[in-house]
Amino acid sequence: MGPTIAIWKFSSCDGCQLTLLDCEDELLGILGRVQIAYFPEATRAEIEGPWDVSLVEGSVTTPEEAKRIKEIREKSGLVVAIGACATAGGIQALRNWANVKEFASIVYAHPEYLETLETSTPHSDHIDVDLELQGCPISKTQLVDTLLALLSGRRPNVPTSAVCTECKQRQTPCVQVLGTPCLGPVTQAGCGAICPSYARGCYGCFGPKETTNTVSLAKRWSDMGVAEDALLRAFRTFNGYKPAFREESARHG
Amino acid sequence: MRAVLAPEALEAIVEELRRRDWRVVAPTVRDKAIVYDEIASAAELPVGWKDVQAPGSYKLELRDDEARFGYAVGPQSWKRELLAPSVRLLQIERTHGSFKAAEDAAEAKRTAFFGVRPCEVAAIKIQDRVLIGGSFADGDYLARRKNSFVIAVNCGEPAANCFCASMNTGPKAEDGYDLVLTEILDGAHRFLAEAGTGEGAELLAKLPQQPAADADLSAAQKVTDTAREKMGITLDRSDVRDLLLANLEHPRYDDVAGRCLACTNCTLACPTCFCTTVDDANDLSGAGSERTRKWDSCFTAQYSEMHGGGTRRSLQSRYRQWLIHKLATWNDQFDTQGCVGCGRCITWCPVGIDIREEVSAIRATQEAKP
Repeated sequence: MGPTIAIWKFSSCDGCQLTLLDCEDELLGILGRVQIAYFPEATRAEIEGPWDVSLVEGSVTTPEEAKRIKEIREKSGLVVAIGACATAGGIQALRNWANVKEFASIVYAHPEYLETLETSTPHSDHIDVDLELQGCPISKTQLVDTLLALLSGRRPNVPTSAVCTECKQRQTPCVQVLGTPCLGPVTQAGCGAICPSYARGCYGCFGPKETTNTVSLAKRWSDMGVAEDALLRAFRTFNGYKPAFREESARHG
Repeated sequence: MRAVLAPEALEAIVEELRRRDWRVVAPTVRDKAIVYDEIASAAELPVGWKDVQAPGSYKLELRDDEARFGYAVGPQSWKRELLAPSVRLLQIERTHGSFKAAEDAAEAKRTAFFGVRPCEVAAIKIQDRVLIGGSFADGDYLARRKNSFVIAVNCGEPAANCFCASMNTGPKAEDGYDLVLTEILDGAHRFLAEAGTGEGAELLAKLPQQPAADADLSAAQKVTDTAREKMGITLDRSDVRDLLLANLEHPRYDDVAGRCLACTNCTLACPTCFCTTVDDANDLSGAGSERTRKWDSCFTAQYSEMHGGGTRRSLQSRYRQWLIHKLATWNDQFDTQGCVGCGRCITWCPVGIDIREEVSAIRATQEAKP
C-alpha cells in the first residue's frame, strides 16, 4: 500500500486537477503506487484522513474555504499547492482591485445568498505550504516528477529560474530581442517556453520567478512602445496578485 | 594549400560532405534570425541577408547582393553542437537487491560546422581548454569535438556589437580550422579558400576551383582589414583583469543590478560559458533512474544553492560574478581569456546591457588604480 494522496478543490476551473488525469501514460503507474484518498474528478471512493500528501487546487475566496484549508493542513503530512489559483490567487484575484459586492449585484439575482470574501488569496496566505507548483495550468511533467520525488524521497526538479532557460534549451531565438515584448525574463520556467516557440511573447502564466526585476523589464517594454494600461494588464492576469507582479502592476495603475 | 572558389562551389562542399554521410550544420534563416541548423543544400544558407544588431535588438534585412556570409553571429553558437543543451549521462537499474549503473556511450556523428566565425573558432578553443584540456576530460564533449570538422569563414561584416578586434580573436581566423573561406564581394563574387589541416586540403582538392592570384589574396586581406577598422577597439583588455579585481565594490554593480533581469540569456548565448547542472529523475516503478546534464547559469539562484541557501542572492553579486569570471579570473583559472568579443551577451540581453559599457563605466570612475 502506497501513501495516501488527497486532491482538493477550492475556487478554480479544475484544469490543474485534470492535469493528473491527463497523465494518461503515467496515470496507471502512479495509481499503482499511491492510494487516492479523495479525488472527485476521478472517483467517488474516499479514505478518511490523515493523509500523507494533499494536492490543493484553487484559491481561497469564501469563509468556508478559509476554514477548510486549515483543516486539511492539520490532517496532511505535506501540502502541495498546485496552479496559479492556489499559489497566487488566480484570475479571480482581479476582484482584489474591485468591489465584490458590486460584481455580485450585477451577476446574481439574489446576491444576499452569497457568502464570499473580499479577496481571492493563495493558500500560503492562510497556512504553511510545503511546495508550490506554479502555472496556469501546471506542467504535467512537473506534477509527475513531484509525485515520483515524494514517493522516492528525493527533491522534485522544479526550477525557479526564468522561462529564458527553456527558450535556450530548445534554441528559440529571444522574441523580445526580435521585437515582441515578452514576460519570459521575469516568469518562472516550467511550461517549456511554449509561446516564444510560436513567436509569441510569454504572458506570465507561470508567475514570477525568483529575484524578479519587473521594473527593468517594464521600462524596456515602455521603450518598445507598450502603453501604461497595457503594462498594467500584462502584470495583472492569472498571477497578478503574486507580490512581484502585484507591485509592478500598481506602478502602472 | 589555397584556391579561389566560385559561389556555386559551396554547393559542391555540401554535396561532398553529405556524400560522406556527415551532418552539415550551417547558418540558415529561421524564426526571423540566422540560426545554426542541419542543411541539405548551400541554397539554405542566408543568401543575401544581413543582420542589424544593437544592445537588446536584432533584425534581419535584405542586402543588395547575393552574399552567403554577409552577417555576423546570431542567437546560437556552436556550443549547441559540442556542449549540447541537454545530455543524458547515466542510467541506473535496480536489480534483485542490487543496482547496475550504465554510462551513456559518448557517440557523435561526424559533423561539419560550416560557417564558423573567427570569434567562434576562438570560443571552441577556449571550451576545449576548459572541458577536455585538464586532468578530467568531458567524454561527451570530447566525442563530439573529435567528430567535428570546422569550415571557418572570415568576417567582412561585423555587427555593431562585435568586438573581436578588441579581444584579438578576429575578424580573421589564424588557426583552429580545417578550411577557412573569405568571401570577396569586391569585383567578381568569389571565395578565397585556405586549408588548415590535411583533411581540409583533401576536401579543397575535390572542389571546382581556380588558382589564387595575388589580387585575390590582397582582396581577401582587405575584407578583414576593413572589418577590423570598422569595429575599432571598444574594450581595452590590457588592464581589465586588474581593473575589475581592484574594484570589487564599485557602485556600478548597483547600477547594473537595476537593469539586470538575472534571466540567464547572456550566459546561455555566450559561446564560452560552460556551466551545467544535473537533474536526477526516476521512473514510475522506482526500478530505473537517470541523470541528465543541462545548461545552467551563474545568474540563477539555484545555481549557487547549497546547505543554508544560495550564496549569490543579489543581482549585484550575480552580475559581478559573471563579469569578473569572464574578463579576469577566467585567465587565472584556465590561462586563456574567457571572452571572445562575439557580442551575443549584448545583443541577446532582453534589456540591452552592454559588457563594454559596464567595463568603461568602472574604468571611468574606479575607486583604485589597478
